[in-house]
Parts: sequence; structure tokens; C-alpha cells
Amino acid sequence: MAEKLLEVESLHVEFPGRGFRAKPHEVLHGVSLTIDDGEVLGLVGESGSGKTTIGRAILGLVKASGGEIRFQGENITHVGPRRRRELARDIQVVFQDPYSSLNPALTVGDILSEPLVIQGSTTRDARARVKALLDQVGLPADAAERLPREFSGGQRQRVAIARALAPQPKLIVCDEPVSALDLSTQALVLKLLIDIQRETGVAFLFISHDLAVVRHISHRVAVIYQGEIVETGPAEIVTSRPEHSYSRRLLLAAPVADPIEQRRRREERKRLAENGSMETGAGVR
Amino acid sequence: MISAAVLLIIVLLGIFAPWIAEHGPNDAALSAVNAPVGAPDYPLGADQNGRDIFSRLLYSINTSVVSALIGAAVAISIGLTCGLIGGYFGGRIRGGIEWVFNLIMTLPGILLLIVLMPLTKGDFRVTMLIYGVLLAPGIYRLVRNVTVGVRNELYVDAARVSGLSTLRILGRHVMPVVQGPVIISTAFLMGSAIGVQSGLAFLGVGSTEVPSFGAMIAYGFTNLYVDSLQFVWPALMLGVMTASFVLFGNSLRDALEGARPKASSVSKSAGSKGPARHEQAPKNPGDADALLSIENLHLTYPDPSGTPKPVLNGVSLAVRPGETMGLVGESGSGKTQTAFAALGVLPGEASIPEGSIKLDGRELIGLSERQLRGIRGRDIAYVPQEPMSNLDPSFTIGAQMVESLRAASSVSRSAARKRAIELLGHVGIADPERTMRLYPHQISGGMAQRVLIATAVACRPRVLIADEPTTALDVTIQAEILDLLRDLQAEMGMAILLVTHNFGVVADICERMAVMQDGRVVETGDVAEVFRNPQHPYTQKLLASILDESVVRDDDRVLAGESSEGIN
Repeated sequence: MAEKLLEVESLHVEFPGRGFRAKPHEVLHGVSLTIDDGEVLGLVGESGSGKTTIGRAILGLVKASGGEIRFQGENITHVGPRRRRELARDIQVVFQDPYSSLNPALTVGDILSEPLVIQGSTTRDARARVKALLDQVGLPADAAERLPREFSGGQRQRVAIARALAPQPKLIVCDEPVSALDLSTQALVLKLLIDIQRETGVAFLFISHDLAVVRHISHRVAVIYQGEIVETGPAEIVTSRPEHSYSRRLLLAAPVADPIEQRRRREERKRLAENGSMETGAGVR
Repeated sequence: MISAAVLLIIVLLGIFAPWIAEHGPNDAALSAVNAPVGAPDYPLGADQNGRDIFSRLLYSINTSVVSALIGAAVAISIGLTCGLIGGYFGGRIRGGIEWVFNLIMTLPGILLLIVLMPLTKGDFRVTMLIYGVLLAPGIYRLVRNVTVGVRNELYVDAARVSGLSTLRILGRHVMPVVQGPVIISTAFLMGSAIGVQSGLAFLGVGSTEVPSFGAMIAYGFTNLYVDSLQFVWPALMLGVMTASFVLFGNSLRDALEGARPKASSVSKSAGSKGPARHEQAPKNPGDADALLSIENLHLTYPDPSGTPKPVLNGVSLAVRPGETMGLVGESGSGKTQTAFAALGVLPGEASIPEGSIKLDGRELIGLSERQLRGIRGRDIAYVPQEPMSNLDPSFTIGAQMVESLRAASSVSRSAARKRAIELLGHVGIADPERTMRLYPHQISGGMAQRVLIATAVACRPRVLIADEPTTALDVTIQAEILDLLRDLQAEMGMAILLVTHNFGVVADICERMAVMQDGRVVETGDVAEVFRNPQHPYTQKLLASILDESVVRDDDRVLAGESSEGIN
């Protein structure tokens, strides 16, 4: 199979400008990336870099203004609503905020079975499947009858992961899935995601601002800066010996939880800054 | 509840009118003209045409109820549908709908109903149909606003990604949120429809055949000097009915929107009762030279029922002069509450049953707001987590800095301005003069944090309390802000209490750290020592959860066929 699972080619996205006849504001300036079957591509960038927009464009939540998104060879950049709904079987999402991504009025069971019923499974099948899903993400079976508010952030994120897994998709867009969680929960949810990925062979587009997180889960890593991908490569190389100066800056800026190692990293960062490859950063937006 | 019962009884009376009343509403008997109350067969008397008032009253109920139902039904079916569509889709569709509804709103309601009389042929049902259309914009606006709010929730996005059709998303995810407010306003709409119908009938607009409160009041009015009671009955009935609808609407609102028990502001025992009830004599020897020392601090908040719920259970913490102390913990551990307590900015319902906070030996708990104000800004300064929300968007950076400088130390405006420029330059802002003239939305988050730090250190405080100062910032900016704090500390010699959840930040800047769990400090020590050899199991667990920097995913991508196909 020569074709990739997902190919994004010179994707442009712009948002309408504010005010009358304002110029649209382009947030992605021709982004290209590919994801293979069963692969995790980490996408790292800072706020405003456009990393979330890439994910939303793939999901069809924002319109592309240029370029192409191909899924299994099919151009899905501008597909109609009917085909888009069918694609839900194959492309799923886990959002960052586990609080607003679950409807507070529905029980966990309803949240999970809804997409299944839509895809044409019977209520009884859906029920059994929900049970299996809850088990897979490490939640008790009686969670199905409870409301989202009865769960902690980490547990809610597990529910969101279960919802994404429900239709057995081929690709899940994970948009900062562990960023809103506490440290100890974060490690557990990340481990769950890796385990699931190994078991099911689903591909992830894993979006995060945290290099350490991305390094843990990704096979390959792409670094995005101001709407452009500046570096793509194997996780090991991009996250420890990056070539692009911005990737290096990003790496050295992340503090390590080790006082001695952090001192070394800080000094290296300052040296890099003095060499002039780093702007002051205190610029006006 | 009472209003609902009254309504029910009234409606039932209307429905069973043909069986209850002895005369038809329009049966006139010459013998009964202006019969008094209590006349045989005419319990409430008869009007000038000899018609039974009691019977007309009962039949009028039906007229009112039908008006209410038609008016509300039309308003809701139009308003709800258009509101959902307009709220969900936006863009041109919403623009078009909005335009039509704005047009409707400009029409003078009652006047239009009267003018359209020839069209409606005096039928009150048709009139109410039109009135329903006139009421629709109110419902539309309500539904649209709620829908727009829900539309932005991530769970609606998630539903779209799950492949739900728009219709289903609206029905399943949006409707439940919308229906509460709509039901409530329906009750009000019904009351309003009855009022308008009666008003029109009173004016004599519409068929005289139809019994209605309005028409009855009008007859009673003309007959006021003959029999003054004649107009009391319909007026009373109309009043009771509309009042019931309004009261019913109110109680519905309470029931559906949940009248939350107000947080009864438990007496500020922190202010009056003063410091610890029983003095905690033993002091750690290391605390003798502490600049800011918190001892056995307890803090409670009232839960909805009013009973105090503990948030801090005896926090003890000491910050020595010139050192950086990291206060680490997960969300809900009470680290921010500790910081707020030290600043004396706890909300009114918080109470401190026990404990002491000393700054350089001076007890802070129990000080008046005025005394605290003298300390805050001068001796203790604060850097918040969200730089943007701590700057007022409607004033320039310069104006805000000057104001807080003058509040902390009474200097002249021009001197404060000079000092502000100096400070901005000091915290690494390239063009201070220009920055002074900018509004908060024109600067980046990192720069806003620099501005706040500049203001905080303006009076050379002895303690700087920074509550997650870099959490909202990108890592590259975070590194710069930490550098800045380090430089400022080296220069001014202030102590920093840094609240954070990020062990990397602690490792970067702190000399000592305290780990909090469930409102307690479980471990305190030198950063290097704690990282190397954590004592408390919770610290060990936290440190173990830190993602190891050296770990890279090493297994290859999962090839097709290798995976256990599917999840079941």
C-alpha cells in the first residue's frame, strides 16, 4: 500500500478579519504532513502556531482556503455533509478540555452509544459495546449510568477517549488530550493512549505544546511555528537533536525537573540566545 | 404551585362551562336585565342585555385560554425554529432571519392588530395568530442566544465529528438547554396574550358574539352607575388569570433553573476573632529567621448548606529573606488558597478558624483592610497567573501602572510616570515609552506578565508571591519570565513564594520547595535534596509521574494485520 493514511498538502486556512471588508487573516501558510497507518505523528507548537487549526481542518470543523487533505487517497478537503458524516467512522477526535467536550445533560452511556446508534448499530449492541469501551479505558462498568459531572478530569478524558474509539476509527486527532490534567493523571492517561494505540493500531495526530509528552507517544514529530511546519522527522531526532533553530529554542526552553540538568540547559539556552539566533521575544504582537 | 392549581381550576371551569352554566353566554332574557347578584338562576346577576354574567364569565375563560394557546404556540413555533437555525448556522442565514425579526419588532403591535381588523374579520383566533407572530422575536432572541452559547461548546464539535446530522445535534444537544428558558417565557407569553386579547375586546375590536373578559368589562363599564358590580367580576377573573401565569412562570424558573442556595456569607471570623485560639508554642528553630511564616493555617469555605468545609488543614510554611520557595501541588491541593491567605485577599465567605501568618514577626491575620493595604504592594507583592485578565482592557498600560504606583507610594503623577517607564525598561521591555501608551490587547501575554512584574516590584517588596506566573505562557516565554524573576531577585534581594504545579519550573528557579496535598504541606526541603531523595510517599509519587525526558517511543508503528483487529 503505497498511499498514506492521511496526506495534508500545502494546506492554507484563513479566518475572516474583524470589521467590514477586513482582510482575512491566514493562520496556516501551506502546511504539509503525512500520517501512515498505525503511526503516531506528534505536532508540537506554541499557542497561536496553528496546530489546533490543522486538527480542526482535518476533522472538517474549519474550511480550508487552499491545499488538499487526502484520507486513504480520497480528497476530503471539501466533501459534502453526507460523506463527512460517513468519515466519522474513520476519523475521530479527543479534545483538550474534558469539561466542555462532554454534554453535561447526558449520561456517559448515552454519550458513548450515540455515535454507535448513528452508525446503524442496534441499542443492545451499542450497550454491549459501551461496556467493552469503558473496560478498555479503565472505567468501571457502572460508569455508563452516571453523568459526566460525577467524574474527575482524568476520568472524563477517559470517557472522551472511549467516545473516539467507539466507531473503531483509523485516525484519531488528539488535541492536547493531557494538557488540562494534573501531573499524575497526565502520566496515566498518556499511558492509556499508548496502550490503546498499540492494541488497536489506530493512527494518532497528537497535538501538544509539551515536547516531553510528544516524545513519549510519537513515532515522528513535526514542529510548527507561526503557521508553517519548520521541521519533521523521527521523534528521537527532532526532540533531542533538532536542526531548526526554533525547535532548538523550544527544546531548551522547556524546564527539566532536575535542578542540575536544568541549570545546564538554562546555560545552553543563554548561550544560544547570545549567539543571536533568538529574538528578544518581548515584541509587540 | 398554588398558581398552577388556580390555573388548572380556571381552565377546567372553562372546559365544563356548558354543563356548569344554566344559560348560554349569549342567551338574553328581558326579565333578567341588570339582575342583581344572587338573583334566582343568575348567581352573579345579569348584564344590561339580560345575559347571565356567571355563564359569560365561564365562557370567557375559554376565549382567553384559546388566545393564550394560539398566541404562545405561534410565537414558539416561529421563534424556536428560527432561533435554533439562526443560532446554529450564523453567517448569512442568521443575518437574514435577524433582519426579518427586527422588522417585526419595529411594528406597533396593538395598532397593527386593530388596523388588520378587516382582514381578520374580527375573529379573535386570527388576531391571536398575528399577535403570536409579533411575539416571536422575543422567543427568537432568547433561543438564538442560548444556541450560540451551546454551539461553541466542544461537545457539539465532538457530536459533529461523531457523524451526527445537524438536525440530530439540534434535537439532542441544543434543545435540552434551550427548552428550560422557552418553557418559562411561554408562561409569560400566555399571560401577555390574554391581556392583549382582553384589551382589544375592551376597545370593542372584534366580534361581539364572543364572550370575553374585555368585552364584559366594557359592558360593565358603561353600566357602572346602574350596577357597579358588573365589571368587577370579569376584571377580577382576568387579574387572577394573568397573575397566575406570571407567578407560574416565576416558579417554573425557580424549579428549572435551580434557585441556588445563596452562599450565606459566614461571619468573617478571620477579621474579628483574631489569631490562633490556642497559641501554638513550639516553633521550628529554622523559622526564627523566616521573613514570611505561615503556621498551622486552617481555612474553611461554607458549602451550599452553610457548614464550613475545610480547604487548608494546618499549613506551615516559612520563606526566608531573599530565597525562592516553590509551593508545589496538584489542582485542589490548596496552594493558591495559601497564597491568597498570605496576601489577605480571601473572599468574604472564607474563614480562618486557626493559624497565623507573620510577616517579619508581624501578625497579618486580624489586621484591618486598611492596614493590609499598607502592607500589600509595599512589603508583599503579587504576580498573578493570568496576566491578561489582570489588566483592565479599557485603560492603557501606562495609566494602570501609574495608578498602582501612586496607590502604593504617594508620589506625584509625573514622578510615577517616570518611575513606570524606568521599571518597564528594567523588566526588559524594548520601548517603554511606546508601551505606556498601548492597551492590554495590543501586547502579548509574555509582555503583559512583564508589565505586572514591573508593577509588583515597583516598591521593592520584601516578598513577592507569584501564583503560577508562567502557566498561561508558552515555554519559550516562560523561560524568559523565569530569567527575569531570577535577575530581579538577585538585584533586589526579595524573597519569592512561587506557586506552581510544574516541577521543571521549581527545578529551574527555586532553592527550597514545599509539597502540598489536600490542604497540608507534606514535605519541605532543599530542591536538590527533595528531587534526589523525596521522603513523603506523595512527593515520590508526583516525582515518578514526571515524564522522563530521556524516554522516546521506541516501538515501531503498528502495521496493518499486526494489531488485534478491532477493539472488542
